This record gives sequence, structure tokens and C-alpha cells, in this order.
Amino acid sequence: MKQKQLADSPHDKRGDNIVRNMQRRKFFSQAAGLASIAAFAAACDKDDNNNSGGVDLGSGDFGILNYAYALEQLEAAFYTQVVATPYSGMSAVELTFMTDIRNHEIAHREFFKAALGGMAIQALEVDFSTINFTNRDSVLATAKAFEDLGVTAYDGAGYLIKDANYLLLAGKIVSVEARHAALIRELIAANTFLGDQVDSNSVNLARTPDEVLSIAGTYIKTKINASNLPKG
Amino acid sequence: MNIITILEDIEKVDGEVYERLNPRRKAMKEFFSFGSKAALTAIPFGLGAMLNKAYGQSVPAGVINVLQYALTLEHFEYRFYERGATLAPIPAGAEKMAIEMIRDSEKKHVDFLKTVITAAGATPVAEKAAYDFTAMGTFPTVFTSYATFLAVAQVLEDTGVRAYKGRAGELLGQKVYLTAALGIHAIEARHAAKIRYMRRVNGQAPDIKPYITGGNDTGIAAVNANYGGATPESNVNQAGVTITNLAGVGGNISVSSATEAFDEPLTAAEVLALVAPFGVS
Repeated sequence: MKQKQLADSPHDKRGDNIVRNMQRRKFFSQAAGLASIAAFAAACDKDDNNNSGGVDLGSGDFGILNYAYALEQLEAAFYTQVVATPYSGMSAVELTFMTDIRNHEIAHREFFKAALGGMAIQALEVDFSTINFTNRDSVLATAKAFEDLGVTAYDGAGYLIKDANYLLLAGKIVSVEARHAALIRELIAANTFLGDQVDSNSVNLARTPDEVLSIAGTYIKTKINASNLPKG
Repeated sequence: MNIITILEDIEKVDGEVYERLNPRRKAMKEFFSFGSKAALTAIPFGLGAMLNKAYGQSVPAGVINVLQYALTLEHFEYRFYERGATLAPIPAGAEKMAIEMIRDSEKKHVDFLKTVITAAGATPVAEKAAYDFTAMGTFPTVFTSYATFLAVAQVLEDTGVRAYKGRAGELLGQKVYLTAALGIHAIEARHAAKIRYMRRVNGQAPDIKPYITGGNDTGIAAVNANYGGATPESNVNQAGVTITNLAGVGGNISVSSATEAFDEPLTAAEVLALVAPFGVS
């Protein structure tokens, strides 16, 4: 039965996956060489403190993956701070949830970093000066905003992905972000798990990378250049 | 049938619907807006043909197939909550309200998919005349025990998330259809998290979390396959990267975190085998 299922599913052939992964690894490592040359050239261009270009997410599927990596960096940094300096009155179960979510976001971040290898963008500098980490309302409102934003980001970028394997990866992550979003919303108020995140068909909202980065930009000090992302 | 509503719904997923129907967009819109009464009586029989002409040749059969699959599952989910909200002993108040919200959400998915499939020139699959919500006796108390009802609801939502995920690849690059499917997929995940959270808070499953930990974390052996499959929920390898080999806080990322952080897909064959005992096909 298992063999049959594997054979029936062209995208799930383990052997193929291994070969593809090895090819991808090889490609990543070759591309890494090119990328570091490009990065060096870009750095030379920028050493007059004029960072008008910002960190280039890149193009194609790698650009989208870097876009996801940027958002996961933001989320991981946020929850790392939340757990390090719990808001006043954080219950034991809330600490458990926040720690879990922190670990998930770190897993996402580290996964993208490892998978992108030399194609990965640098570590981003965050700016959480608008968040009051001692205050439950402030932290949960920010968590809600980040999680909802993450869902709309993955949903809105899905169609820009060319490789079905990467689309599946985005799918594996976005539903977890949606689970986080629902949880955070329930911690704020019962029965708000959908809230204002659905349209009249009960379909989750989606945002373009430009819309997402404009919102996320408040919390990211490093300038991000998304101009080479696929436009659809 | 309200044509204006249908067209407005289609416009939400396809902003160019009016151009497709008639390049003279403005004239088309005005026709449907001002001529409401005439349109309502005169157009229904022509609508299918008109939409077919507009979309028929442009929507690949594979896309229709995925939409019909989604509708098949949504029909079942909606009816599960519709019957459950009526029959199951759900406590009045916030919990009853949550179930009704999910029921209404599933109903909107059904209506939306029917609209989209019709707009794509196909005939939406019909709801089954009857389902067996006990899954051939596996859950005999599904509508007499609140705990059983919620446990089954959780399994169905988790399975629904996996089902959509498993077929996303067939909608690759399809802006309208993929974005809609991903949007429903995210809502199913929100439902799943909510049901799981309810079960934790009301004490039916005090240790369960809004995300899937390890694999089948329901404590119900009968649903092992809902969390198994070719790529089981216990998977910790993503695109050649072993997540548990990556650095977390105070050591490598744990198996619990690695499995919670990534939901896994089910193939269509796997899903259809799982829902067959409920009378879904």
C-alpha cells in the first residue's frame, strides 16, 4: 500500500526527492559562490553609507523564500524577546504557548537559512521600540498582527512560486502560522479565531509582498529591497 | 439565484470577470446593476452558457478536479457541523457559538466553491444524500457525546488542512484558484486550532495544543492514519534539511517543535480512503 501511494504521487517519490535535494544542494553551493561575488560587489557599491538599495531578497523562487525568511526572522526575534522578558501576569500556560511559538518560528528561520545556504539574506536588525514587552495587551496585539500578517503573506505569495516543492513548503508553514494566529486571537478574546481576517466567503485575506513589507517595515531596521521579487 | 451576487462573488476571485463576459465592462456592469429585475428573470438560463464561454476554455481540467475535490470535502464538513450544532449536546454560550461560527464558515466555503466551479464552466459535485457520521461505528457517540463530537471535529479539521495542502501543487501559478485554495486552507487551520484549544480549555483533552505535536496527538488510535500517510505529521525532514539537527534554544530543535512547526500533506487517495467510512466519495 505504501509503495503504491509513493508510486502514485509523483511529487513524493523519496528517491527523486533525494536526487533533487542533492542537485539543489549542489546548485545552492555553486550559487553561493556567485552570490558572494555579487554580495561583495553590492557591498562595494554601498560603502558610502547610501543603502538605498537595501538587502536584496533576490528574484524567482529564491526571492520568495528569502521574503519568507525575512518574516520568520522578525517573528522569531519577537517571540524570543517575549519569552526572555514575559509581560506582567503571564500565566504558566501562556508562557508554554509563547515558548512553543518561539521554537516554531526559530525552526522556520533556521530551516530557511539552512535551505537557502549561500542564497540566504543576512540577519536582519529589528526595531521593537513601539512594543511594550511588559504589557500583555501590547504583546498580544503585536503577536496577532504578526501572525495574521504572516498568513496573508504566504497566501498572497503562493502563486508566485514556480517549484511545487517550494509551494508545498510554504503550505506546510502557513497553516502553522494560521494556527498561531487563531491561538493568539483566542488568548485576546474568545471566538475571534477568524475575526477580520476573512472575506465574505470565509476565505483568508492575502497580501502582496509590497503590502506585507510595508507593514513589517515598522519593525525591521534593515532596509529590504523587494524590487526583484516576481510580480506575477 | 441572484446573478448580481454571483457575479460579485466571481469578481472577488477574478477581477476581470466582466471583461471576460463582455469586453465592454462598463456596459456589462450597468446592465446587471440597472436591469436587476429584467436580468433576474431573463438571464438564469443563459448564465451558465455565458460563464462557460467566458471561462470554459481557459480553466484546465486539473484545476476543476481540485475544486471539485475541495467541494466534496466541504459539503461533508458543513453537514457535520450543521447536524452537530442541532444534535450534539454542546454547552450553550461561547462553545455553541464557536461551533455555529465554524458551521457558517464551512457553508460559505461550499457556496463559494460552487460559484467558482460554475464560473469555470463545470457542474459542482452534489452533496451526498446522507453521510455516516459514526464512520461505520467507529464514533458511535459522535452526536450524543460532546467530547466525541469535538474529537471528531478536530480530526476532520486537521485532515482538511492536510487535504488542501496535498493538492496545492496542482494549482501551481494559478493566481485566482491557488490563492483562493490557500485562503480556505488557512481558515481550516484556524478552525483546527480553535477546536483543539476548546478541547484543552474545557478539559476534554487537557494536554492538547493548537498545533499537531509529534503525530497523532489525539489519543484515539482509530485516527492514526489521519496523522500518518506517505508524509506523516511526525516528519522532521524538510527539503533535505533535518529540522532536529538545527540549533534551537539551549540545544537542537526538539522533535515536538520540529513536528509542530510544519503541517504535512495528504494525497487525494489518502484523504478519500480516510473519509470513505463517513460515506464521502
